Amino acid sequence: MKILVPVKRVPDPTQKAKVKDGHIDLTGATWIVNTFDEYAIETALRLVENGADNTRLPGGEIVVVSLGPNDAAKELRTCLAMGADRAIHVVASDAEIDSLAVVKVLSAIVAAEKPDVVIMGKQAIDGDANQVGQMLAAKLGWPQATFAASIELAADKASFTVGREVDGGVEYKKVPLHSVITVDLRIVAPRAVKNGVTPESHNYSGEGARLPSLKGIMAAKKKPMTQAKLADHGVAPTPAIKELSVALPPPRAAGQIVPDVPTLVKKLAEEAKVL
Amino acid sequence: MGNVLAFCEFVGPQLRSSALANLSFARQAAQAHGGEVIALLVGAGAAAAGPDAARYAPRVVVVEAPGLAHYLAETFAPVVAEVARAQGATLISATATAVGKDLAPRVAGLLDAGMASDIAKLTGKDTFVRPILAGNAYSTVQVGTPIIVVTPRQSEFEPAAELGSPGAVTSTAPGSVDPLGAEFVRLDAQKSDRPELSDAKVVVSGGRGMKTGANFKVLEQLADLLGAAMGASRAATDAGMVPADWQVGQTGKIVAPNLYFAVAISGAIQHLAGMKGSKTIVAINKNKDEPIFQVADYGVVAEWEKAVPELIAEIKKLKASR
Repeated sequence: MKILVPVKRVPDPTQKAKVKDGHIDLTGATWIVNTFDEYAIETALRLVENGADNTRLPGGEIVVVSLGPNDAAKELRTCLAMGADRAIHVVASDAEIDSLAVVKVLSAIVAAEKPDVVIMGKQAIDGDANQVGQMLAAKLGWPQATFAASIELAADKASFTVGREVDGGVEYKKVPLHSVITVDLRIVAPRAVKNGVTPESHNYSGEGARLPSLKGIMAAKKKPMTQAKLADHGVAPTPAIKELSVALPPPRAAGQIVPDVPTLVKKLAEEAKVL
Repeated sequence: MGNVLAFCEFVGPQLRSSALANLSFARQAAQAHGGEVIALLVGAGAAAAGPDAARYAPRVVVVEAPGLAHYLAETFAPVVAEVARAQGATLISATATAVGKDLAPRVAGLLDAGMASDIAKLTGKDTFVRPILAGNAYSTVQVGTPIIVVTPRQSEFEPAAELGSPGAVTSTAPGSVDPLGAEFVRLDAQKSDRPELSDAKVVVSGGRGMKTGANFKVLEQLADLLGAAMGASRAATDAGMVPADWQVGQTGKIVAPNLYFAVAISGAIQHLAGMKGSKTIVAINKNKDEPIFQVADYGVVAEWEKAVPELIAEIKKLKASR
């Protein structure tokens, strides 16, 4: 099974957001692979390996692709160190692209790479847009399974049953190969991904995506990474969606610590008038 | 000049409360676009819910077909796109619910439309304010495509008021319905008599400090006393204490009730992003240094084991005295 995993680099979310000249100030920011995309790589790895002995199944291949500036090569190396086999880097600055441009590039790459399935994070944790997976599926005319909390590959390896967290419960949706699956946070639970090979009794750590091993980091240096430009995919650097300005939310007025529960109830009733 | 097509979810013969928020957003947008609000109802029962939608929208389009019995993005998105074209819509909106977030970007993809997700405000015909970085900043974006798709946040828009006289309902047949091989298998529903988390007036949430799922029972007593919905932090849902769809936070539900109780919740950024918009926030935590106290209007430094039963007793007392 060949899996394409689109990834995005994002500023480390533990850094405090600063605004300069009306936009987020990213001077000196540290960057990471978007958390949900890391989960997508973890998901892809679990689909193409025997988790019990960490061996890759025959025909299993993971290709990662990212649109980003030159520096984004570093995050792609991290993906290779986790276990992806090959990387495609489409060099573009953030100001040159929007979700529509990303989708155009990705659909061209899908046409060229012919993966069996595209697996990606449900959203990037900087823009929080949650658009690219669904837009890509529409563009390709492929089905989609968004917000995946579990994935089970059918015995005939021709379809996936995806557990999706929806309002009021979990929806199970079956999609054939040649689908786009976007993953939610619970996809990294110990038994959330079933590929029919890893024993049912095997528990993954459940602590998020796996960290690159030292061996993985060494191997990643030799793995192939190809570079391309937006123009190679017929995409102009003229985004239709523009950020005009960014502002930090007004701070909440300072609250008060009340001495005991009876005081709390009195204040909720008389001051806040919410009881 | 263009119309605003508002995709509306319904249950039985009634619109969902999320749809009412969408319709009030759509009214603002229709003014900016110089057109009309058209409510769109798709799927089994759409015709029966049409009259309810007509109480809020001057025009309602209902689409029913055997292939549309259950929601699938694959079959619903082409219907929305078709109706948008036929009705001259320049803006398409769907509330940012699980369905809206699944559907709207697919519609945008079909129409090559630019999209603004999770919007909190409309500031012009094509400019929108939306949270980024887990709600730590607000971005104003301009979408420059001829058709725009947006998902308004339910918590940011008041439910639409009824019109003086009801709108007109028309029914239209979809083109070919093709699920592209996708199939709805089943829904494992979390049954609850409590209000929906996304639009409850009061929410009671518990965190890691609750330690076990069984301990949530006392929070449920508090919730039922106040007619509240139950919520939880990601730490509690990840630990399997309570159902995953109770999660309040950037990766869970965004809520903005009148009154929010955060019990034994530390207040990670992830969680705050989902509840900072609440009007009054109460925090109960035994550790006075937890960040939750920085956003709380009222804080009680106490163990929940003692404070919550006392709170229940005090509220009962208050209610009895009225």
